[in-house]
Amino acid sequence: MSEGAKLLLIVFTMVFTENYVLVQFVAICPFLGVSQKFDSCVGMSGAVIFVMTLASAATYLIYTYVMVPLGLAYLSTIIFILVIAALVQFVEIVLKKYMPPLYKALGIYLPLITTNCAVLAVTLLNISDEYNLLESCVDGFAAGVGFGLALILFCGVRRSLERANPPKAFQGLPITLIAAALTSMTFMGFTGIADKLFA
Amino acid sequence: MSEVMTAVLVLCIIGFVCALLLVIASKYMKVPVNENFPKVRDCLPGANCGSCGYAGCDGYAKALAEGDEEKTNLCVPGGDVAARKISEVLGTEFEDVVEKTAFVHCNGDCNSTHDKMDYQGIESCKAAKLLFGGVGSCICGCMGMGDCAKVCPEQAIWVQNGLAHVDPRACIGCGLCAKTCPQKIIELIPAVNKVRVRCSNTEPGAKTRKACSTGCIGCKKCEKECPVGAITVEGNLSRIDNTKCTVCGKCVEVCPTGALIIEHIVVPTAE
Repeated sequence: MSEGAKLLLIVFTMVFTENYVLVQFVAICPFLGVSQKFDSCVGMSGAVIFVMTLASAATYLIYTYVMVPLGLAYLSTIIFILVIAALVQFVEIVLKKYMPPLYKALGIYLPLITTNCAVLAVTLLNISDEYNLLESCVDGFAAGVGFGLALILFCGVRRSLERANPPKAFQGLPITLIAAALTSMTFMGFTGIADKLFA
Repeated sequence: MSEVMTAVLVLCIIGFVCALLLVIASKYMKVPVNENFPKVRDCLPGANCGSCGYAGCDGYAKALAEGDEEKTNLCVPGGDVAARKISEVLGTEFEDVVEKTAFVHCNGDCNSTHDKMDYQGIESCKAAKLLFGGVGSCICGCMGMGDCAKVCPEQAIWVQNGLAHVDPRACIGCGLCAKTCPQKIIELIPAVNKVRVRCSNTEPGAKTRKACSTGCIGCKKCEKECPVGAITVEGNLSRIDNTKCTVCGKCVEVCPTGALIIEHIVVPTAE
């Protein structure tokens, strides 16, 4: 498979077939917490895409050039958490200074995802899938896009839920979780498509 | 060196490098924050009600500190105390805050009005208003589903017998209820003892009477009785000029339906 086709496969897989939120069930917390308003969905998605891409690159470099030579691959979880947290803080400072509009657009969501599990997941899976630097970055970017897609789709679902009148026992979070499960099932329909498309 | 020591050492070094990076970054890429901002912010009550016209107390404090906003008396919940403190911080002239409280221009509880339908929908005035202009017989009246009470940050509004009431002592004058009310019958009025009209119906008197036994029918008795000419009846509804009213109470005595009342308010004074 050529490099271009492989990148396309990564994008398609991360956005649809292996969507982090709806298929792999990570980052459920922001998925339920931030999906009430469309504006905050867009802000959160932007921040996640941004951070995931950066974190993929940074952790790949540290893993390949520091951890592997020292034989510390088993420490990846704790080191990645540390690196991601520091990176997000650093990026926040830089953005505040040099790109105030972007800083304002991402707003509160940037510090919120410092310890987001989806960001950690993407960096860890990059390692286990043995991607190179470019593939890691594309994977991070696509995972962010997939997260954004799920968030925005679910925002629409929740909007309809607001007008619905479920039985009292289901009101609030229960019906939201059921709706999330149904949305997740629609994404299960993509299973197996990727292999045939890019075979 | 044992394997454990390597792990600990590497982790410490990475942590130290990250910390160093952040320290250097925060030192060299510091964005100067206006030094007045935290001081001004401390003067504000932090209710984030938005009555100043900004998104919250932070927004107002920022605008004040950066000189985009000159008026220091926009904070209604903070009142004179907050305005005076802000003026001290910024070194500007102090202006008095006009305290306002919300008032419901309606007197139509369940005894004086009747329902024109058996409403079974969402418990919200906004939703009920979509159906033929509301549940009650009066198209301008309070629907009593408490949208205003739900939005009130101070629990100053309660619904009793199908009519919203405001406790003027608890009301901070943020105006959220006035914005929420689909009937637009809640108004922010300067918090002084003045006669108020508890009706908003501008339909002809006969129609108003049919809808509600305590509404203003535009009979003009109050207008004739008022010794200072503070009352005018316009569009079948009595309107009171607060600047002229002396609270003599004569209009209240002659009002045949009881739509006029004297609202007694204890104005909280600035220390």
